[in-house]
Amino acid sequence: MRRRIHRAPMAVASALLLGVFATSCSTEDPTDSTSGTDESSESSESPDASEESPADDQEWFDQAVYDEQFEQRSATFEGDPETPWLQYIDGEMTDTAEYASDQAGKACFANASISNPWRQTGWITMNQQLEALVDKGVISEMETRDAGDDDNTQIADIDYFISEGNCDAFIISPNSTAAMTDAVERACETGKPVVVFDRGVETDCATTFIHPIGGFAWGIDTAEFLIDNLEEGDKVVALRILPGVDVLEQRWAAAEKLFDENGIEAVDFFTGADPTEIKTFITDELNKGEVHGVWMDAGDGAVAAIEAFEDFGADLPVMTGEDEMSFLRKWEDTGLTGLAPVYSNFQWRTPLLALEKIWAGEEVPKEWVLPQVPITEDERGDFLEANDGMPDGHYAKFGGEDLPGYPEVWQERQIP
Amino acid sequence: MSATTAQGRPGRTLPLTDGSLPRRLVRGAVTPGGAVFILAAILFVAVLSANPSFGEPPQLIRFIGRTAPIAIAAMGQYYVIVSGEFDLSMGAVIATQVVIAGNYIGDDEGRVLPALVLMLVIGALVGLVNGLGTTLLRVPSFIVTLGTMLALGGLVRFLTGGAATGNPVDSFREIGRGGIQDVPVVEVLPYPVIVLVLVMVGGVWLMRSPFGRTIIATGDNPDAAALAGAHVWWVKTRAFMLSSLSATVAGILLVGYAGVHPSVGAGYEFQAITAVVLGGVVLGGGRGWILSAAAGAFALELLFSFLNFQEIESTWRPTVQGVIIILAVAAAGRAWSLGRRPSKSSPPAPPAASAPSPTTARPGTETGEI
Repeated sequence: MRRRIHRAPMAVASALLLGVFATSCSTEDPTDSTSGTDESSESSESPDASEESPADDQEWFDQAVYDEQFEQRSATFEGDPETPWLQYIDGEMTDTAEYASDQAGKACFANASISNPWRQTGWITMNQQLEALVDKGVISEMETRDAGDDDNTQIADIDYFISEGNCDAFIISPNSTAAMTDAVERACETGKPVVVFDRGVETDCATTFIHPIGGFAWGIDTAEFLIDNLEEGDKVVALRILPGVDVLEQRWAAAEKLFDENGIEAVDFFTGADPTEIKTFITDELNKGEVHGVWMDAGDGAVAAIEAFEDFGADLPVMTGEDEMSFLRKWEDTGLTGLAPVYSNFQWRTPLLALEKIWAGEEVPKEWVLPQVPITEDERGDFLEANDGMPDGHYAKFGGEDLPGYPEVWQERQIP
Repeated sequence: MSATTAQGRPGRTLPLTDGSLPRRLVRGAVTPGGAVFILAAILFVAVLSANPSFGEPPQLIRFIGRTAPIAIAAMGQYYVIVSGEFDLSMGAVIATQVVIAGNYIGDDEGRVLPALVLMLVIGALVGLVNGLGTTLLRVPSFIVTLGTMLALGGLVRFLTGGAATGNPVDSFREIGRGGIQDVPVVEVLPYPVIVLVLVMVGGVWLMRSPFGRTIIATGDNPDAAALAGAHVWWVKTRAFMLSSLSATVAGILLVGYAGVHPSVGAGYEFQAITAVVLGGVVLGGGRGWILSAAAGAFALELLFSFLNFQEIESTWRPTVQGVIIILAVAAAGRAWSLGRRPSKSSPPAPPAASAPSPTTARPGTETGEI
């Protein structure tokens, strides 16, 4: 009796254990076979990349958008290159004559969050831009609600603005694409201008949708840099923040495709930007064999990645980070071969400047695509000099040099 | 399982305190607290076979160094769990200490020592609040420490806005990042390894002291411990303080190892609890060895490294980790009960006596036998 009681769970446990190992080892096979049939349009799959699931790619990879962004990287931008936050690619324009007003209006801003250094830097810049426009008599005030990375909170925020906010215009930085679509449409139905920026929504009802070129462009820039500086068969560790965010997934989808096509062996990890995890993953990879390149879908944690190589005593990798000061400084200190892709932080100014145009009755681009130009090693010195004294979490292309409070506000990094 | 340990000597639950060293080792290996060493050894062999260079002394010592923070945290959690409580605030304490180090020290070399003192004081204070909330206010420790976790999490968000602020001076980070150079065999002896050894020695000494015995007695049966003259509230409060102080030490090492980021320490409370359980320490208190908790942490880290070496797909990894942890705990417990099964049927009385112990979490193994 007793033995039987003990043995049954034992058998189940060991069977499960075997099952886990069996599935974990065999995940490669089914995905490989499906990729062969489904992705006939793709060039022949690199066998080296078999541990990545092409099924995930297909979910985020969109050939049309990829091609569009590929082209936009070399597109001509309208406007003065000195003020990139006002530049855009020529395209459909929204007529805003109906919104023309000579009074200062109230802006209502539904923000996804300020939970990473990129958003914080942008948020500071936005507030300084607001100050300038309030002084100018364009905007009377801006009421902001921070959703703290939560879809439900942001939907409630938008609905609050619609019903009680007494808003003359809405600015929305969506937390996620699909979930926010209905709420943005409700805002559009009020008949007031709606400005969406950064992440998108699945509706084109907004007066203007402001964003840099996009995630695929980031992925193309960074992957091409690594491919140019590495040999075929070299190993790249890809450090990713988290799954499921479209902007980040598109960066990886483009990079992974290019790595595959060019015979670069890439392994990806989700780190949550936690430097402990980053160091652990890299150290384990170094233990396993040489690592020639590091690719990041966001620069947060880049320093920890480089330190992992230093502590291990390994040769520094070819690396792509971001235009965050911590990476630019470490890049210069170590002299590694690197590139700082940019997800133009100055876009945080544009929504308020768009409102200025809208209330003046000037037309604005329906989809306002801002320039997105990586910082190369040659330009690095200039950006380091221009941002001397800025904290580590600051972004070099923050674009606020002509705003009130420069540079103290950014140096102190007082989050409003 | 407790049914079989208890036979003949219901009070004997600490094999480490009895007999000569070899005898204790042999006896210990078949307890859950000993099985974890076997589990760690198996995982070590698995990692080695996946990647032979892992076994080279310099790599190995680095691995021990990077596991030191979680092992120290696990030993801190051990005090609380063995006293019959939980500490969920560990990760938040680590994050707080990391942020304090970044914000307070910054580039000022002179603030290193004051900062260390400040961090230890804050660690002790958090533990005091947790302990007094649990014992004097009689709020379940699960809730008290959840509360401090949230409160500290909010503080960190307030101090940083949720993003990295910048690393403290390198001299402070040396504690977690540096080491003694030019050591024979291992090349470099990381400071975290030294800290880990000190904490281990201190922990073993502490658990053999009257305080250590009281803490186990308290976890086993607080009423009996109180009747025997122990100040249960103060014993438990000190356990919480030890836990928060361990988290502080882990935090200091992590600032050095990884740098300042609010996500440092995230999930450490659950990793520590998992390590403790892997180490065969009974949730609910009263049983377990402190070094088994540390070994549990090593087993856990070896498992993570094994998964890294196996190149499990990144999206799958947490699932695989979770399932393996459950199975490992189950298997460790089973292996032990197999090893301890008496050759002849044991008298039914002792199982009945120990049935109310927390190990009844295995339905069917005890009540059905009576």
